[in-house]
Amino acid sequence: MEFISYLVNGISLGSIYALIALGYTMVYGIAKMLNFAHGDVIMIGGYVVFTAMTTMGLNPWLSILIGIVFCTLLGVVIEKVAYKPLRSATSLAVLITAIGVSYFLQNLALIIFGAGGKTFTSVVNIEPVSLFGGQVTISGETIVTILVSVVLMVVLTLFVNRTKPGRAMLAVSEDKGAAQLMGVNVNRTISLTFAIGSALAAIAGVLMCSTFPSLTPYIGAMPGIRAFVAAVFGGIGSIPGAMIGGVLIGIIENLSKAYISSQMSDAIVFAVLIIVLLVKPTGIMGKKIAEKV
Amino acid sequence: MKKSVSNLNPLTKKNFITLLICVVIFAAVQFWQASGSMGSLYQGLLVPICIYVIMAVSLNLVVGYLGELSLGHAGFMCVGAYTSSLFSIMTQSTISNSLLRFAIAILIGGIFAAIFGVIVGIPVLRLRGDYLAIVTLAFGEIIKNLMNVLYVGVDNNGIHIAIEDSTKLNIDYTNGGKIILNGPQGITGTPRDSNFIIGFILVMITLIVIMNFVNSRTGRAITAIRDNRIAAASVGINVTKYKLIAFALAAFFAGVAGALYSHNTASLSATTKNFGYMMSIMVLVYVVLGGMASLRGSVIATIILYALPEVLRQFNDDINNYRMLIYAIILIVMMLINNNDTIKNKLNQFKNNKNKSPKGKEPETVKEAEV
Repeated sequence: MEFISYLVNGISLGSIYALIALGYTMVYGIAKMLNFAHGDVIMIGGYVVFTAMTTMGLNPWLSILIGIVFCTLLGVVIEKVAYKPLRSATSLAVLITAIGVSYFLQNLALIIFGAGGKTFTSVVNIEPVSLFGGQVTISGETIVTILVSVVLMVVLTLFVNRTKPGRAMLAVSEDKGAAQLMGVNVNRTISLTFAIGSALAAIAGVLMCSTFPSLTPYIGAMPGIRAFVAAVFGGIGSIPGAMIGGVLIGIIENLSKAYISSQMSDAIVFAVLIIVLLVKPTGIMGKKIAEKV
Repeated sequence: MKKSVSNLNPLTKKNFITLLICVVIFAAVQFWQASGSMGSLYQGLLVPICIYVIMAVSLNLVVGYLGELSLGHAGFMCVGAYTSSLFSIMTQSTISNSLLRFAIAILIGGIFAAIFGVIVGIPVLRLRGDYLAIVTLAFGEIIKNLMNVLYVGVDNNGIHIAIEDSTKLNIDYTNGGKIILNGPQGITGTPRDSNFIIGFILVMITLIVIMNFVNSRTGRAITAIRDNRIAAASVGINVTKYKLIAFALAAFFAGVAGALYSHNTASLSATTKNFGYMMSIMVLVYVVLGGMASLRGSVIATIILYALPEVLRQFNDDINNYRMLIYAIILIVMMLINNNDTIKNKLNQFKNNKNKSPKGKEPETVKEAEV
């Protein structure tokens, strides 16, 4: 019975990773860059919602909406200011710029909100659910996280596959030049990708802070790296891959914490990643790239 | 065989200038120290700068010359730091000459890091591009994580090693048995053998070895693999072997830097900031801003970028609070300027005008690696 509660918590944690990983993977697919600042957008989202809800005393739903809008704008602005001028530069130059943006966001939050942790009030007020006659208790946060993530993933999949802007995103990630020749506005599509990724990050931030209530300027870094691992795990650039990768990483992390060793869960997660990549070098759902000679 | 400097081949001349710059900086610092006007803030920066110069120069071998993006360089530094520290503490009573003990400790740190480099390199180097980057990051984090659950102690019966719990060590405390490596608390009481002169000597050794390595037959094979892997393989270069050599050599020097690091702090523990991916990324920033495949660039960029936030610290509180923010902005602006086409063209024009002077042809600059 314990196993089920660990598993459900793992799925909940994994869905947060998956939401973050979606941002990584979509940006990678389209702009071919590792957006290291993505994790810090989560943190900013957390702080914005915290400020709106606790400091200004607004309604939680309104606060979440403000957080999402703020992060969406932030994502677009970051892309316009820092990444767009580097579109023809080497991927390493873009990577370093992304690291610069990450430092910038962290230290901005440090100056504005201070280094001390803020206690985030959970936005979820659903009673915990007991299963199997009280043997397993699942918290409201866990249920909401899983439900929200599933809904978002379905919506995102429909958006990408069924709508025109969504298919433009797929086209740009397939071949930027050809998409442009077919009349796709590449710049707008890239902006849209950053906007969606950052909005998802804001939601992930709220869900994460509701489950783990302590808010500091550095909370985005580690989930960011885990989500990045999840994106690579599922095959970077692939949207279903990021979802599967995120959930799997969450489950592996929680189960290894419960059954193997709580101190070594990091090492186990990374070791699984390495093994998967050695067997399947482009991740679970990754495409095999043919090499031109 | 005495040659005048102007007759040397351009590559040797370039390397010679790099070493000369280091010596001049060293002499200036010595002079500054002797004059007594150097504050304790700057004194404390000297050894770390040597450590990060060694890290940056060795990472440049992997990123700049081999053309593979490694985000786990701090992991090797971690191995070097822990192994050398363990050795120093265990032999503190047997080897009384601290210089000799430190020299052996540095070697041990380097060799263990190189062994890890080979172990990590064999699977990692099969991958390419961003996948390789994330797997090196993963290995770095695994090494850091393992150091945090490792317990090592000694007593009359020898060395005890355990994982996760210090009680599993079964140390006989009655006869002077003690725990050396205490899990997350790390190692305390490493002799503080590091100083600026040793650091400087190690920097020079690192530079000379890597310069000669890059210009050797092996080094040329490595740059050939970077420029075109398939072409290199088709002329008979064993790609995996040469990649592994470069990776292991870089890991060796990272281990040396780690030994320098652990003998410079009173208590050694592995955190995200010192041995995690944050450190690997910091060193990568030095390498990229210094210039790919430019050792001189790595040295200069490391000194400036490491000292910058620390120097900002001494100003009044207003600047002190904003120092990391300023650092981040400088980083972004530098990357944007560096890759701005208009500024690049202006610079090239300037360079071309300079080349027209009768001084002779400048050596061709190394093409930037595409990673």
